This record gives sequence, structure tokens and C-alpha cells, in this order.
Amino acid sequence: MEMVKIIINGKEVEAPAGSTVLQAAELAGIEIPRLCYDPELSALGACRLCVVEVSGNRLLPASCVTPVFQGMVIETESDSVVEARKTILELLIANHPLDCMTCNKMGACKLADYCYKYGVKESPFAGEKHIYSIDDSNPFIIRDLNKCILCGACVRACEEMTGKDNLSYLNRGFNRKATTAGDVPYIESDCVFCGQCVAVCPTGALTEKSMAGLARRWEIERVQTTCPFCGTGCNFDLAVKDEKVIGVLSNPDAPVNGRSLCVKGRFGWDFIYNEKRLKTPLIKRNGKFEEASWDEAYDLIAQKFSEVKTKYGPDSFAALSSARCTNEENFLVQKFTRAVMGTNNIDHCARVCHAPSVAGLANSFGSGAMTNIISEVTNEAELLFLIGINPTEAYPVVGYKMRQAHRHGCKLVVCDPRRTELAAEADIWLQQRHGTDIPLLNGLMHIIIKEGLEDKNFIAERTENYEAMKALAAEYTPEHVSEITGVSVEDLYRVARLYATTDKAMAFYSLGITEHICGTRNVMSIANLAMLTGHIGRPGVGVNPVRGQNNVQGACDMGALPNVYSGYQSVTDQAIREKHEKVWGAKLPDKVGLKIPEMFEAAHEGKIKAMYILGENPILTDSNVNFIKEALEKLDFFVVQELFLTETAEFADVVLPAASFAECDGTFTNTERRPQRVRKAIQPLPGQANWETICQMVTRMGYPMSYNHPSEIWAEMASLSPSMAGISFERMEKESVHWPCPSPDHPGTPILHIGKFTRGLGGFQPNEHIPPGEMPDADYPILLCTGRIMQHYNVTTQYSPGINSVWDKEMTQVHPQEAEKLGLVTGSRMKVSSRRGSLVTNVWVTDRVQPGVIWMAHHHSETPTNEVTSHHVCDIAGTYEYKVCAVKIENVQEVG
Amino acid sequence: MAEEMRIVLRNYGKIDPLKIEDYLAQGGYKALEKARSMGQAALIDDVKKSNLRGRGGAGFNCGMKWSFAASATADQKYVICNADEGEPGTYKDRLIMENDPQSLLEGMAICAYAIGANQGYIYCRGEYPQVIEILNQAIDQAKAQGLLGDFDIEVRSGAGAYVCGEETALIESIEGSRGEPRFKPPFPPVQGLWAKPTIVNNVETFANIPVIVDKGGAWYADIGNPAYPGTKVFTLTGDVNNRTFFEVPTDTTIRALVFKFGGGIRGGKKFKAVQIGGTSGAFIPESLLDTQVAFDAMSAIGATLGSGATFVLDETRDLVDVSTRIAKFFEHESCGKCAPCREGTARMHELMKKLNEGKGSSKDVALLEKLGRVMSYSCLCGLGQAAPAPVLTTIKHFPADYNAKLM
Ligand SMILES: Cc1cc2nc3c(=O)[nH]c(=O)nc-3n(C[C@H](O)[C@H](O)[C@H](O)COP(=O)(O)O)c2cc1C
Ligand code: SF4
Ligand code: SF4
Ligand code: SF4
Ligand code: FES
Repeated sequence: MEMVKIIINGKEVEAPAGSTVLQAAELAGIEIPRLCYDPELSALGACRLCVVEVSGNRLLPASCVTPVFQGMVIETESDSVVEARKTILELLIANHPLDCMTCNKMGACKLADYCYKYGVKESPFAGEKHIYSIDDSNPFIIRDLNKCILCGACVRACEEMTGKDNLSYLNRGFNRKATTAGDVPYIESDCVFCGQCVAVCPTGALTEKSMAGLARRWEIERVQTTCPFCGTGCNFDLAVKDEKVIGVLSNPDAPVNGRSLCVKGRFGWDFIYNEKRLKTPLIKRNGKFEEASWDEAYDLIAQKFSEVKTKYGPDSFAALSSARCTNEENFLVQKFTRAVMGTNNIDHCARVCHAPSVAGLANSFGSGAMTNIISEVTNEAELLFLIGINPTEAYPVVGYKMRQAHRHGCKLVVCDPRRTELAAEADIWLQQRHGTDIPLLNGLMHIIIKEGLEDKNFIAERTENYEAMKALAAEYTPEHVSEITGVSVEDLYRVARLYATTDKAMAFYSLGITEHICGTRNVMSIANLAMLTGHIGRPGVGVNPVRGQNNVQGACDMGALPNVYSGYQSVTDQAIREKHEKVWGAKLPDKVGLKIPEMFEAAHEGKIKAMYILGENPILTDSNVNFIKEALEKLDFFVVQELFLTETAEFADVVLPAASFAECDGTFTNTERRPQRVRKAIQPLPGQANWETICQMVTRMGYPMSYNHPSEIWAEMASLSPSMAGISFERMEKESVHWPCPSPDHPGTPILHIGKFTRGLGGFQPNEHIPPGEMPDADYPILLCTGRIMQHYNVTTQYSPGINSVWDKEMTQVHPQEAEKLGLVTGSRMKVSSRRGSLVTNVWVTDRVQPGVIWMAHHHSETPTNEVTSHHVCDIAGTYEYKVCAVKIENVQEVG
Repeated sequence: MAEEMRIVLRNYGKIDPLKIEDYLAQGGYKALEKARSMGQAALIDDVKKSNLRGRGGAGFNCGMKWSFAASATADQKYVICNADEGEPGTYKDRLIMENDPQSLLEGMAICAYAIGANQGYIYCRGEYPQVIEILNQAIDQAKAQGLLGDFDIEVRSGAGAYVCGEETALIESIEGSRGEPRFKPPFPPVQGLWAKPTIVNNVETFANIPVIVDKGGAWYADIGNPAYPGTKVFTLTGDVNNRTFFEVPTDTTIRALVFKFGGGIRGGKKFKAVQIGGTSGAFIPESLLDTQVAFDAMSAIGATLGSGATFVLDETRDLVDVSTRIAKFFEHESCGKCAPCREGTARMHELMKKLNEGKGSSKDVALLEKLGRVMSYSCLCGLGQAAPAPVLTTIKHFPADYNAKLM
């Protein structure tokens, strides 16, 4: 780095050429006051508080936007600088309600801090003040623009961090206002309540409503932790006062997200104090739940589970672990299932989302996870190729980063039947028909091969089975593909050429790919495309499934799957089994266990007699729900460990109260294979952490499980799992690494398959088009597609009073064409029925969906979407085809 | 000495502005031809040699500015003519555009050649619809004759705010954003319109160019005050006999401007002050009238040349009242982006109003001096930096007017 010599306050120092005076001063240990400068935002140079004196300059330049030059002589606190700063502060407070005593930002307000520093007590400039009404129209943010100093940080954060462009300036001069378009309250604006504006506001103008009046800033204890919602793995601080969480504060050191969060992470935490939280064990007696002591519950569980095991054999038991719970809890549940119950019937909800990724990528590459990492979206990629993924809603912070990248010149291609936000913003949007991803991908490969754009070296050196791939792709001519997918031949060519010829093209997909009858084959088809063009094993490329749940990666990594132990070690491998038997002191089953759909079928047939479910709600989230309910009813004995009495817990014989993420120590592993700490901020509401409950329950069954801390559970797991052996709690305190990480001195592996695939050679897996299991027909003429919306997480957010007060119901998307036929308008009620069930929902008329298609989310118990979704499953991974089924819709006013 | 000298107004009254043939008959577009034959480096050197400095107010060396844009590598560069002329009492740019539009176009085309641009904009004051019409016709004629080559010029109508005349606010406005100044550096010649190298020059600056190229930089450098050579157009208003315009060499004194060209004070009254440069100009007392109307000479007495607007005041004028109105103007024109100007112009107006109404004290005057000082060196753009000048200079040179109104 080129350095220049400068003199600051009489001291000669070196500064990187091109840095600003403010940065150079910071390096020299001199802090220059600033109000509008924010290292994460573009420079504005507007508050002028950071002015300094520079020899030879008639003016006082703003240090935050003034570059250093060789020989520059700077004074940061000269008389004229101090006079300017004091005067600016006097001007600002002349137009400010000086109610610092009751201000929620006091203690973290930069304006107050600088007034203190420069001894500005009051302003000599008496005169007109703004009188704006306070906007507390929403449950999350209080907006008091009387305290706004127009630093513009909120405007820039909204535009640059989130890309929502909801804030801008209104009026000029003295009446300038940083506000929403049309100056409407936040709730009536396009605000997505990510709260980035609150995180960057230097004054009390924007504050967290939840904290109002509860604590002075210096009384708040900050506990850094990992978000319990999606798989992005955002970190933030829980704000704790008197043993109570009162809010979330951004933590600039968060490795994945910096200060960015989405509405769920920032404001969804209040579910932990929902009055419906379970605090004591419940035992069902005569069909009704009664409160019980822990001892009673454990005794009953131990007795019943043991009975079932003796009477019907180990395989009559099945357990569901949870992608929501910590790695340590997942590890204990699979250990319990295998070592104590003696079966491999352990699974979790990855089955209903990304099991095809695990299976498909394992087939193609040898390991089933994101090949690259999120930061490459903004730091490396030149093209983002998205298929079947709606990032700004499902993984908002990843979506925000994609938007940032696109706005900085990275190309964006989105393949989606629905007009998602990013589809609308993309350079090219391919609107393929539902369930036609394989022909689309094969068609792109056809063109790439025909035009000689494939990466011949990569194919020759790194892959196998290419000839078969080529032969199959040859059949998928652009014209043929266009006919199946509805995408124009011209667009196919544009995308094929762009993807093949862009050096750093990064592919992302999610449930739009996996939740199909051909989910695993869809995944392998993306892998084929990436291998064909050599887009793997380097920065800024890869095949990247973004995982939906906070710890779905971790639950898989921990072996909450019927075929593998932690670290994806096969249960059928004798050496591996023996290794585990030795450590666990138990004989382990050698047969692969049942997947979720198989478990419910087996329960239906009376083969599974008892189940334990930790933190999952299959009745809301799994497909074909009525069948599952019947299955649960047939169980002899059923235990659920949960935060709330969920739809699934209602079926249990014993419900154990669970602790939330704020109440437990442990780890979550995000979608980029990065384990991160979850830290206990408050005492568990049920009195004990989940890992303690599992240990006590299992110990009661005669298998002593005792750990002093979750770090010991992790350590046991790491000692058994070569790919995570190098990661420990101690190391996580210092740095955040990606597995594989085989030893403590290994730096971790952000990018997989560099130089060599995990399986050796990358395997092309040619796939023919497989249409969805159920398509619209005369009786059920409409196609139903499902997914999630930004404001809600699959489950749990419904228990957040804040989030639920704004988005409290399902709004089913209906194309205007159907709406007109049936006389539906936005807000009408509509009945949706399939061959499996029916429900009544609210209508949102929008052309985001194609004609003949409706789209529903699955967040609300009043509209149990999955009572109608398909019973078809991916034949390889067992994942339900949530994305396509046939329904009919009726206007409820007519039906009555 | 002290004769009028017409360079930028050379064709005033001599040609039909809507007939390009007339301009060509006066030797028009010969300079462009010559410039192209000189090569870019030699051309810029000659403009540097002329020591022509910007006529829009900031007085930056024109050839130097061009050389920055010329040496920047970029796929696209722009030439912008600043014809926003928002300064009350100023109409010199309008005079040039109305009477000799081709001289402006030729100047821009020479600049485009010098820096390697093929797109130009004229950002013309919105209140000049007739000028926009003339410019468009002139562009069409020049294009029809093939004189501009691959250089395209588009006329944009100004957004109406005074601050949009500031070059970076002007650029923002052309880009379709709110017309608010950007911080500098980066300066437009390095990163201007759409972040590409951009030359912004005033109308009068461009109109000088063909003559400089034609007669040579050395010829021009010899005219007027050597530090700020050439001529300058002044428009006279206020209590002066000849309320009209003059183009004079820059070694002319203010006294000559007011008493010789301006014909002295109306109605036989006595001179009190003259404000040069527009609304933000300093008020200059009798004692400083022998200053030359050149950039640095004016700076030396704490004044500016600005646009050349010359506002003369006779002995009956109350400068507290005049300055109060000016303070109101700046409160109204502040874009509000930076704190000292947004809050400062409002407080300055409040304090002036208080004094003007006879409710102020010497403490208020002291506060005004502090506020003005801070604004003048800490505001983001020239508007806020210059806004206090009328208040500060009237306090300094005409304390009696203030004392008369103190409580
Ligand atoms: C508030 C403000 C208003 C301005 N208005 C004008 C204007 O109307 N016309 C103009 O040529 N320059 C104006 N300027 C100066 C321009 O910013 C810029 O310096 C000039 O256009 C550069 O051209 P020049 O080098 O040829 O003078 C203004 C500056 C400020 C700060
Ligand atoms: S609301 Fe806060 S962040 Fe936004 S401009 Fe005002 S002070 Fe700055
Ligand atoms: S839900 Fe996902 S994107 Fe939102 S804050 Fe949590 S981890 Fe980040
Ligand atoms: S000095 Fe005034 S006009 Fe210039 S940027 Fe600041 S507020 Fe806007
Ligand atoms: S921090 Fe530099 S101008 Fe605001």
C-alpha cells in the first residue's frame, strides 16, 4: 500500500494514500467528531462537524470526505475548528427538543456526546423550531423527527444496505426533512421494517419502540448471539436489562451481516415473552393436558419409551430433531435415538426443504452444502444466477446483499415463475412455467455446448460422465425447451451465453428447486450447469443452496438424519460405527433409518409406536397434513418438547417446555457452513435449558448423560467428526470459520472443491424432464404454489406480538384474470380445495403470479396451507412437492 | 485607459443570432478548425497560456481545468455549459446567448475536442425559455452545416433553484436527482456527470475561447490585469445613471465602473456602497473603490467578482434593511443539505430581522459575526460559504447603520 506522510496536530504520521483525513487521524489515534459519517455508508459530507484546519486551505474542509496528500498539515482541534464545531452544535440544538432526560437514546446519542465534549449547554440561537408530530404508527420504530439532525444516515442505510429506497428528502433549506415518500407514517410507506435506519441514526430521532422507557443505554447489557430465524446467520446483540430482553441492537462486528438485519431478526424476538410460552411439563390425562412436575414427566417418558422398545423393538421408535435448535441439542437427540433407543429413525425438517440439496450435491460433488460463501456476493461475483429462490423475502439479508451487488454493476439473472422483487429488478428474468427447471437447465446446457462455450479443460480434468450429459443435452433444443418452459428462445440464448462467458458467475437456488417431485434431480442439474462451465472451486462461483432455517445446516451436520452421524459419517460404515460405539458405550444400529414421510407412513401402518419431537411442527409445515394427523393419533406414546402448545404438541402425551434461543448457550451453523455462538442472555423461562432437559430425560432412562456446558457436547461431537475437529467454543470466541476444518490450526474452508471435488471427480448426472406429480386438470384447474413471506418465519414469528400485529393473516396471491372470473378483489375471502383438503383464505389480487396460478404462504394456523398441498415426494430425498399441486378456488361469498 | 473592449460581445448587434451564415461571415468556426489542427495538447497549452480564468465566479484557470479532464481516462466525457444565471441582477450570459449563440457553441466544441468528449449539455436557466429556443435553433443550424462533427449538444432547462448553478448541484440536476451540491473532491473534471470526467464552464468563459484560439493565448494574456487577464462583462443596477452593461478589461477600477461607465449616482446623491458579484457579494465602501475588477484584487479587499452584477447604492440606503432582505434570500435558497447553511441561514435571517426591527443588541451583532465566520469556512458549497458576506461586510464597513438600530 502506498503511504503518504502527513502532520496531524504537530505529529508526523503515515497514512495510506487515498484515505480520508478522518481515517488517517483515526489510524493515528485521533478521533474526529462526526455525525453524518458512517463507515458502512457512502460519504455525505453534510454535517460539517468533522471539519479540520489544513495549512494552505482558506476553508475548513470536512475531514470525512477530504483525501490526504503528501505533506498535508492538519490541525483537528484548532481554535477555529473548535469554534466551528461549537457553533454547528449550537445551531443543531437550537432546533432540537432538549428533553435528554427522557430521551431513549441518551447515553448513545452522538449529538449529546459532542455537546458534552465541547461544553455546549444551550444555544444562543433562539428562534423557530420544527414541530413535527411523532410517528409511532408501527409496533417497532418510534420516529421523532424533531430530534433529526438530517445526517442522512437513515436515507443512505435504506438505499444502500437494504435497497428499499423508502426514505428520501423532502423540502429544502430549513424545512428539509428525511422522510418517506409523501411524508406518510412508516406503516403506510413501503417500509419493510428491517430497522437499518434505527441502527444508524445517531440521535433519538429513530429508536426501538420495545425499549422505550425501559432502560438508559448504559444500563443495557449486550449479549451477542445468532438470529434464530433464517439460515443467513446474522449476529446481533440482545439488549438485556434486569434479566429481561428488551430489544435487539445491531453489532457492527457481526461477521455475516454487519449491522444489517431483517424485520424478523430485529423485531421478532418478542415471541420469547409470548404469554402462551410453556413453563412447566404437561401430561395428557383423559384427553386433557395437566401441569406436571419434571420428575413425573421424566418417569412417564422413561417408562413408556422403554416399554415400546422392549415390546416392539427399537425401530418402533422415531425422533424428529429440529433445524431451529442448537447444534448441541441436535447432537444429543440423535445420540439418544441411536445409542439409547437403538434406531436410526432420526430426521428433521431439512427433509421438507433441503434434503434434495444434501442428496443431490453429494451425488454431484461429494458434499451437500453451499460451495461458496455469502460475502462473495458483494466482493467477488460478476453474475448472480438465481433459480427458484426469493432472497429478499426468505433470506432478506442475503437478498439485500444481492441487490447491493447488482446496484454496483454485478449482473443479475433470475429464473422464477413468479415476479419476485429481485425478478423485477433483474437484468434478465426468465419466467419459466412451474416445475420445468430441468428442461430449462438442460436447454441452457444445450446452447452452451452447441456454441462451444463449455469449459473443456475443467470437464476433462475435473469431471466424469460428460458424454452422457452431452447426449442428453443434445435433445433439449432451444425450441423444444421454449415450448416446455414458456421462456423465449432468445432469452435462453442470452442467459446461456451470459452465464457461460462470465468468469465469476455464482448460482443460488433454494426451495423453488428442491420442493419438487424431481427436487434432487433439479439440484443435480444446476450442478451440471456449473461443472459444464467450470464455475466451481473458485471465489465468486459455485452452486449455493441458501438454507431456510437458522440451523438446518447444523442439524444436518450434527447427524439428525437417518443415514449419517455428525459430519456426514455413514451409519452403515462399520469402522465409523465402532468409533461411535466406543465413545458412547452402546451398541449402534447398522441399518439406515426412516425419513420423515416414511415415519408418518410407518406410524399410519402401526409400525412406529412412539415418537419424540423437538421443536418442530409438522402439522403446520409438512405437506398432506391430514394424513400426518391420523398418523400421530395412532401412536401409543408421543413426546413433544416445544416453546408453545403447537398444533403438533396438541397430539402429544407429554409436552416438555422448551427454552428459546435467548435462554440457551450453544451454536447455530449458518447456510455457509459457519458455526456461530448462541449465547444465553436470560434465565430459561421453563427453568432449564433444552440440553439439560434432554440429558435429564435420557439419564432417567438409564443412560447417564451429563455435561457441564454445551461446549462439552460440541467437543464430543468435534472429536467424532473429522470435518469439524478443528472448531471449538474457544475458537468461536475469537473467529468465525467455515467447516471443513479438520484441525485447530486449519483456517477453515470458505470455498469447497478447490482443485478436487470431495468425491474426487465431479459427476455429471443427466436428468430428463419430470413433470410435477399433480397438475391442474378439469376438476382442479388452478396451480397452487407455496412459499414464505419476508415478515414471517415458517413458524414462531406468529408468536411475535409485534410482527403479528402488522402481518396477521395469509394473503393469497391471485392473478387478476382469475380474480375477475370469480369476482374476487383484494381482501375477499376465497375457498381453496385440493384432493386432500380445503381452507378459506384472504385474496390479494396481483400479477406477481402467472394466470392460472395462486400462491400461498404457510405461516398461519387459521389458513393451514399444507392441508391442501401435494402428497407427492421427491423419490430420492423424500421431500414433499410443496411447489406444485392442483386446486380449485371459489369465491366464498358465493359459496356461502 | 478605461475604454470598453468587446471580446465576448464582439458580435453584439452586428449579426443576426439566428443566422449562422452571419456568424460564419465574421470568421466563426475558424477557431474550431484551427483548434483541431493544433492537436489537443497544444490547444490546451495555449488556453493555459491565455491565463483565462472562469467567469462563473470561482475564477479557476480554464486551461488547467481542461487538462485534468483531458488526462483522465474514461469511456465517456462531457462538456457542460453553465447557463443557469440565477444571480438576481445578472444577465450577461443571456446577452451572449441571445446575441451570439454560435460563439458559445464553438467554444464548447473546442473544449470537447480538447478533452475528447462527444456529448455536451447547456444547462440554461428555466426562466429563459426564449433563450432555450434560440440555442436549440443554433444547435440545429451548426449540426446541419456539419460544423460540430460528432459532438452533440443538448439544452436542459434549469430546475429553478439558485443553488442549481453550483456545478455539482447542476450535475445532480442533469442526472435527474435533487439539485444539491456534492462534496469536492472529486472535482467534476475527474468525476462529474454520471461519474465521468466533465468540464463545467460558464457561458462567458466559453465565449472567450474562439477568440483566444484565433488570436493566441499570449495576445489574451496581455489584456487587462495580468493575474486575471481579458475582459469581464458587468451589469449595472441600483442607484446609478447608466443601468446597463459593459465589457471592460480587468484592470478597470470599481470607481471607473461606477462613475465613468455607470455615469455616477442618480439624482445627484452621494455614493454609499457598491455590491459586486451578485447577492452574495461584499458591500464595498468609497475607500476601496480604486480596486481593479480582477479576481485576486477583489479577494484582497474581502470582496468577489462573482457574476459581475454591480449593485450601486446611494447615501439614502439603509444597509441593515438591504442585508436583511439578502439574508431572507439565502434562507430561501439554502438546499438544506449541510448543517451550518441549513440552520445558519435561517438564524442569520432571524437575527437580521431582529436588528432591522430595532430589537437587537450588540450581542446579536457579535453573534452574527461568529455565525457568518463559521459559515464562510465550514459550509459544504459556495452558497453557504458566501451567504454571510453581505452581512459581514456591512457590519465591517458600515457600522453606523447597525448602531443606529440597536436597542
Ligand atoms: C450557489 C452557487 C451558484 C452558482 N451559480 C452559477 C451560475 O449561475 N452560473 C455559473 O456559471 N456559475 C455559477 N456558479 C459557479 C459554478 O459552481 C462553477 O464554478 C462555474 O460554473 C465554473 O465555470 P467557470 O470556471 O467557467 O467559471 C455558482 C456557484 C454557487 C456556489
Ligand atoms: S432520522 Fe436519524 S439517521 Fe435519519 S437523518 Fe435524522 S438524525 Fe439522521
Ligand atoms: S431472519 Fe435471516 S436475514 Fe433476518 S435477521 Fe435473521 S438471519 Fe438475518
Ligand atoms: S452550503 Fe447551503 S446550499 Fe450548499 S450544500 Fe450546504 S445547505 Fe446546500
Ligand atoms: S462527519 Fe464529515 S461532514 Fe458529517
